[in-house]
Amino acid sequence: MHGRPRKAPTEEEQEASVVKGAKLRSIQAKFFQFHHTNTYTKEALEVNAKLLEMNPEFITGWNYRKLAVQYHLEAAQSDEDSIKSILDEELKVVESALMTNFKSYGAWHHRKWVLNMGHSSTDRELFLLKKFQKLDARNFHAWNYRRFVTALKNIPDEEELQYTTDMIYENFSNYSAWHNRSVLLSRLLKEEVEGYYPKEKVLTEEFEFVRNALFTDPDDQSGWFYHLWLLDQTVKLEHLLVSSWPPNGSNVNVSDYCALSPSLSSISRTLPLILCFSEAVGGINSSTVSVVCESNMDSNLTWTPISVDKSGFARTWLTYLTFSSEPMHPSRNYLVKVSIANSEGIISSAGFCCSNPSHMAFTVCLPSSNTEFDEGPDIERIDWSEENFSSNQLHSENLGLINSFNELTISGGNKKTYETNAKIIADEIAYCRELLSEMDCKIGKLTLARLLLAYDALSSASRGVQDQNMFQYKEILELYHDLMKLDPPHFQYYKDQYSLVFLKQELANEESLLKYCYQYRDSTSLSNNSLCLCLRGLSLSQIGCIEQLLWVQMLDLSNNGIRSIEGLESLQLLCCLNLSNNKICSFSALEPLRLLKSLKVLDISHNEIGAHPIDTRRYLCASPLSHASDWKREEFVVSGPEMTIYWDAFSIFSGLNLRQLSVTGNPIADKKFKLFLCKLLPAMKWLDDEKLR
Amino acid sequence: MDEAMSYPPIEPANFDLIVIGTGLPESILAAAASSSGKTVLHLDPNPYYGSHFASLHLHDFTEFLQTHSLPSAPETQPSSSGEFNVLPLTTSPVYSSIETSVFSPEILQQSNQFNLDLAGPRVLFCADKMIDLILKTEINHCMEFKSVDASFICEGEEGNLRNVPDSRSAIFKDKSLSFTEKNQLMRFFKLVQDHFGDGSDEESKKISEEDLKSPFVEFLSRKIGLSQKLKSIILYAISMAHYEQDNLEVCKDVLETKDGIDLLILYHKSGGRFPNAPGAMIYPLYGQGELLQAFCRRAAVKGSIHVLRMPVVGLLADKEVGNYKGVKLLSGQELFSHKLILDPSFILPSGFAPSYLYPEPDGGHDFGLLDEKVKVVRGICITKSSLKLDVANCLVFFPPRSLFAEQMTSVRVFQLSSNVAACPSGMFVVYLSTLCEDVGQGKKIVNEAMNALFSIPISGKPEENSTDSHGENTVLGLKPSLLWSTVYIQELTMGAFGCVSSTFMPDGNLQYNNLLDATTKLFHKMYPNEEFFPEATSSIEVAEDGAFEQLDS
Repeated sequence: MHGRPRKAPTEEEQEASVVKGAKLRSIQAKFFQFHHTNTYTKEALEVNAKLLEMNPEFITGWNYRKLAVQYHLEAAQSDEDSIKSILDEELKVVESALMTNFKSYGAWHHRKWVLNMGHSSTDRELFLLKKFQKLDARNFHAWNYRRFVTALKNIPDEEELQYTTDMIYENFSNYSAWHNRSVLLSRLLKEEVEGYYPKEKVLTEEFEFVRNALFTDPDDQSGWFYHLWLLDQTVKLEHLLVSSWPPNGSNVNVSDYCALSPSLSSISRTLPLILCFSEAVGGINSSTVSVVCESNMDSNLTWTPISVDKSGFARTWLTYLTFSSEPMHPSRNYLVKVSIANSEGIISSAGFCCSNPSHMAFTVCLPSSNTEFDEGPDIERIDWSEENFSSNQLHSENLGLINSFNELTISGGNKKTYETNAKIIADEIAYCRELLSEMDCKIGKLTLARLLLAYDALSSASRGVQDQNMFQYKEILELYHDLMKLDPPHFQYYKDQYSLVFLKQELANEESLLKYCYQYRDSTSLSNNSLCLCLRGLSLSQIGCIEQLLWVQMLDLSNNGIRSIEGLESLQLLCCLNLSNNKICSFSALEPLRLLKSLKVLDISHNEIGAHPIDTRRYLCASPLSHASDWKREEFVVSGPEMTIYWDAFSIFSGLNLRQLSVTGNPIADKKFKLFLCKLLPAMKWLDDEKLR
Repeated sequence: MDEAMSYPPIEPANFDLIVIGTGLPESILAAAASSSGKTVLHLDPNPYYGSHFASLHLHDFTEFLQTHSLPSAPETQPSSSGEFNVLPLTTSPVYSSIETSVFSPEILQQSNQFNLDLAGPRVLFCADKMIDLILKTEINHCMEFKSVDASFICEGEEGNLRNVPDSRSAIFKDKSLSFTEKNQLMRFFKLVQDHFGDGSDEESKKISEEDLKSPFVEFLSRKIGLSQKLKSIILYAISMAHYEQDNLEVCKDVLETKDGIDLLILYHKSGGRFPNAPGAMIYPLYGQGELLQAFCRRAAVKGSIHVLRMPVVGLLADKEVGNYKGVKLLSGQELFSHKLILDPSFILPSGFAPSYLYPEPDGGHDFGLLDEKVKVVRGICITKSSLKLDVANCLVFFPPRSLFAEQMTSVRVFQLSSNVAACPSGMFVVYLSTLCEDVGQGKKIVNEAMNALFSIPISGKPEENSTDSHGENTVLGLKPSLLWSTVYIQELTMGAFGCVSSTFMPDGNLQYNNLLDATTKLFHKMYPNEEFFPEATSSIEVAEDGAFEQLDS
């Protein structure tokens, strides 16, 4: 139950609890005796029942009962009556346990277990549920069990939906009821049950239903959560967008990128091919994505996902094109054609399969002979100071490499649907503005910001192109700006959202993107492209719009408020990264760097690494002790006491081949640590400003 | 005087207090006095309890009205009996302009199956003082209650009954309010709850003292910015203002913010006080008359003597000083007491001029007694179908001017079904009331309200339900047809305190609060050193649980 203050126990209550404890211990001792000797007599079961009535949370007790039931059922063989009496006894025990504590996981679970045997009547269950739900309409155990029982009894979802309506009418501050509604509606919509089709009609009705709650009591969050779910249903795009590197229609000189191939020693005619999808996908392989080249090329490609989620899906996939033989005409450009979703098998994390193939092509220029790429000893240190960057010498050939995300759309959904849904969202935006004109409401503002973003996504999807004008973004940014002031406890969340929207606004079209592109003074110190994306001093807290940035090799994110660089792993061409003067507070926050195999220059100076005496984030990092880690014994090139202190730094840096690293200005960066780094990174030439021997 | 011989003599002959009349105030006073250890004799000339608060069978009801619409037999001269002067006790008419129409004579055959409240419409709020007293005196053990299912407001040209959005969930469910209105209304409710709710501290008190004294209507429009529709709902259906509040210059009774909000708070505290009474209001099974009978029973438990069918013919006065000494019964028996309470229809003999009228000088206001001219118009209708489909017991409010432009008072309507034993099953009893100064105008208002709600058969011919201009009241588009109706005027009286005190007629309000306040005040005047129901009761918590066990859920 909610909102009931806890009272300090009186002396008598304390005494009573001591007595109860002693009693509990003695029964427990008896119980364990029976349990250890596998005794399932009547007496033993009674002791166990008493114990569970006193303490329903005692999971071992429930497990013992399961063993006992199995034992007795075997003895009963197929005598229906005795089976029934054994199971009825179980239901009774559960009931008395629930009387003691109706939020006991063990008790509810045991009841499910018994009912799953299929010998008990389910009629009593609904009666029991009615009682529990009257006592506390929000008890999620009861709601959970209700879903179980209704499935068992085959009660139609429509009927249960009506039940949630009734419960919401009684009191709409009921997360459980709204949640169950979303569960039921998901099924009804998916199965297109009569009366629940078309989806847009249902969504409109549901938006109106929940609007009653939002307007009546905007301070109550349960309705807003349901609203968020509805918004998610409305804005769900049934198509995938993909951007690639090399971009569609570009011309790439392979020799410029040979340094990026996985092993330097092998032939230098390799080129990375990167695909970045609008959401995580699975099933990218040489049959779903076909790559054909005029020149001889190994078409049996191995695709590697970058940063996979639990189901093996990833937004970004990488492969290397290897041009094996000498080109016939060295000066000629060869066409490479890529067909995505060439055959079925690409599945998005939202669960739909892409079937419409889409095509793209680019040309490559192959080097005439195998030129070994040599990183000469005279390579200069990258100096990030502003005077080394200029904006006026942008090479025109570079511009072609800056591609738009949406040039490729695969498996397009129904544009008509997007239009209808955009209309629904537009209505919601109007209502949200109406509410905000009545009162200041934080969650209302947040919802408006989300609605505006959703509208932008839907309306651009319905037109098939990204909206270049981003007319809404200014308002969204203002909303998040307000929220940061209004709701300081959630400042960081708003800041993160602000950063994403800001980047979207600034980077989504070529014209504004170019404002952030600078030429590095001395292109000889870089292997090839010396174009730098300079996002410094924009008070960003995280990085987004990654799909527009696949081409980036040099990135300056300094002087922001960056805490997380999640997503950066997609920038597989990245070789110089400046993260100085940010708010990175641990090495685990740098985890994505592990996947950036081309990274040569890294500046993480003046961050907060080591500033927090107890760094809980550290344990998010795959440690030598965790199962998930891919650490190998032989990797421990450094051993000794430093290893136990700096293992998280080790896990980030050990796989990198850094040439230049700045760590100064972090609390962790003392002499000892620097020594450790030198040992760890033998190829390193500069540490902070010092040139190493 | 043959009849008189059949009256049994009453033993003993001396009491601390004699009460004549068994109306609610008299019954509470009898119970309170006996709780304080006084010896009490409670008399009523009628064969039933309740006097002007009684719930009566149809036949008794019309007869009672009739009897009390006429002055009693011409006053006899004071006579002398032994050492006392006998001042004759007479009654004055308290009902007038009774108009009864019988459209369906059969129902007269079922007279005994009706329990009609003389003082209707009247309800109990779950959190009101009367319920507190009921629980304190534990008389809830001999009563049962039913929930009032809904309340409606009838406004606008269509004459539709719209639910009164009186709670958070009602606002959520409401279909006629715009979303913005829902937001405004709920915010206002919250403001009030934060200000007055339990555990509200100084910080949450956002309504200034100045605002509390301002007219409620101004507060609602100026400070809160509510629409006319919402104002009307709050003023007339929740805070239950009697008079039209829009034109403050001519309004007879301007509802102050404080008073308006008090009712709002009562409303909110009432909803959900008892788990099995979902609404804010409840009604006693078998009628309001049950309540006073329960108090009489409580008095009897504490030792008072109750005698019905016992007319009193005169009061005994000391020959020399003229002080009250006792009463003379129709049987001729003389009984003596220190104090006497009379029900309001008795004329206080001139020798016993009251020393004090109550409620306090401005208290008349609470009774709707702005001046002596104000009266209550009450109406009762019996029908065969409900005002609203699937609703058994409900309230309906007609705000001022909702019926016609000159209507300056609001009309309260209360429908009861057979589930409170108000009528035979399949029928409904509907009470109406409003305040008036001019009898003709008052009756016009009640008649118009009846016209709006019911179809009134042309006498003799049961009318085909035509779809008239008033539109629909039920889903079928048919208004309930009247079987029987009555409209009458009831006087409002002040109570009087003196050596002989008198109580007062039912007021024009829906709830008992003011009546109970006045009764308590009279008790304290009579017994300044006694506590009003002194016993510490066992436990209100326990009583509450037990109290509404039988309420239908």
